[in-house]
Amino acid sequence: MLDARGLSCPEPVVMIRKAMASKANEYTMVVDNVTSKENVTRYAEHQGYTVTVSENGGEYTLTIKK
Amino acid sequence: MKLKNEKLAIALAGLGIGIIAALLVLFGNPTNMGFCIACFLRDTAGGLKLHSAAVVQYVRPEIIGLVLGSFIMASLNKEWAPKGGSAPLTRFILGFFVMVGCLAFLGCPFRMILRLAGGDLNAVFGLIGFVAGILCGVFFLNKGYSLKRTYKQPKLEGAAFPIIQVIVLVLLVGFSSLLAFSESGPGSKHAPIIIALAAGLIVGALAQRTRLCMVGGIRDAVLFREFKLLLGFIAIFVAALVANLILNGTQEATFFKLGTQSQAVSHSAQLWNVLGMMLVGFGCTLLGGCPLRQLILAGEGNTDSAVTVLGLIVGAAFCHNFGLAGAADSVNDAGEYIVGGPGINGKVAVILGLIVVTIIACVNTFGKKEEK
Repeated sequence: MLDARGLSCPEPVVMIRKAMASKANEYTMVVDNVTSKENVTRYAEHQGYTVTVSENGGEYTLTIKK
Repeated sequence: MKLKNEKLAIALAGLGIGIIAALLVLFGNPTNMGFCIACFLRDTAGGLKLHSAAVVQYVRPEIIGLVLGSFIMASLNKEWAPKGGSAPLTRFILGFFVMVGCLAFLGCPFRMILRLAGGDLNAVFGLIGFVAGILCGVFFLNKGYSLKRTYKQPKLEGAAFPIIQVIVLVLLVGFSSLLAFSESGPGSKHAPIIIALAAGLIVGALAQRTRLCMVGGIRDAVLFREFKLLLGFIAIFVAALVANLILNGTQEATFFKLGTQSQAVSHSAQLWNVLGMMLVGFGCTLLGGCPLRQLILAGEGNTDSAVTVLGLIVGAAFCHNFGLAGAADSVNDAGEYIVGGPGINGKVAVILGLIVVTIIACVNTFGKKEEK
């Protein structure tokens, strides 16, 4: 679980980019603002992943899969 | 919103903002200054008597509108969220020196685009410095730079900055005798309050929805090969350029003049155009966004951005109280062309700013790592 709550852009995207260096097939990241959700989703989709988002009380859990 | 729709939305928003910026000049704002966050915060600081430079004193309704437009749009979309606590004093200092850089160049990144769209080639040197500064910031981001996390704040904390804007608007409209107003110079040139406020509200709402950011455009293109925000940057330039060319052909005033000499509120001391905007690009990358974006985030309830804007305002007051701001090029009584730019105080402040920003970047990158 990558915890990007409270981090402002572009830090969550930098975090997922560094994590993706491991070439894993699945990552989970939690963010707490819409901009980070959009930016991480966009970056992951550019890298060929599909992203599903679930919201809970203003926090977004992003499941990022190959 | 899917990426294709996002790109279309930001391109349309950028085109709209570029046209609004050109029209604000038609309605009375200074040339190539439909919007300039740095200049307008400086004018507002003067209007509130935080500095005494008589030619740059006017509470700009555009600033009020930008914050309130963002606040309203964020509230409607349930994105308004009071939060803060991510190194606020560091952000204040960064905001302070970003303003020093802006006023050495004579404009924020937004005005840099508008100056380019008005044919002011001095802004090309600003753009070179701006990109160089962003590259410095990207280097540190790649190495792990962070001002750490924000946390939820009480509602009143997040609402305080928008409330202050309403109070300043009430002062401007109902108690103007308390404020200072320039009788000559850039501060005396302004669109009617209602038009300026409406323009601010519209642009604030559009910028909130599209996350428009002049720094983010170049930063994301370099860092992630992501061009969405850059598209907004380019759209503003194209729209303002076309609008300026049309207005130039139909109005008496000059809206487009190609060259480096005798440009409006601009100087051709190119080294300081480069270094000033390098300081702006570097500082804003460390802050996570340009001065416009800081205003928009402050409207969304981000108190760190509100503190950054206070840093920008105090920086503007210092610039004019201590002679740090650049002077525009001019022609003297003998008809000689005088190249402007910052004086010795301003040059020292820009160099000092680059040193301070570099130290902040190093400490928050290579310092002891906190839990992430």
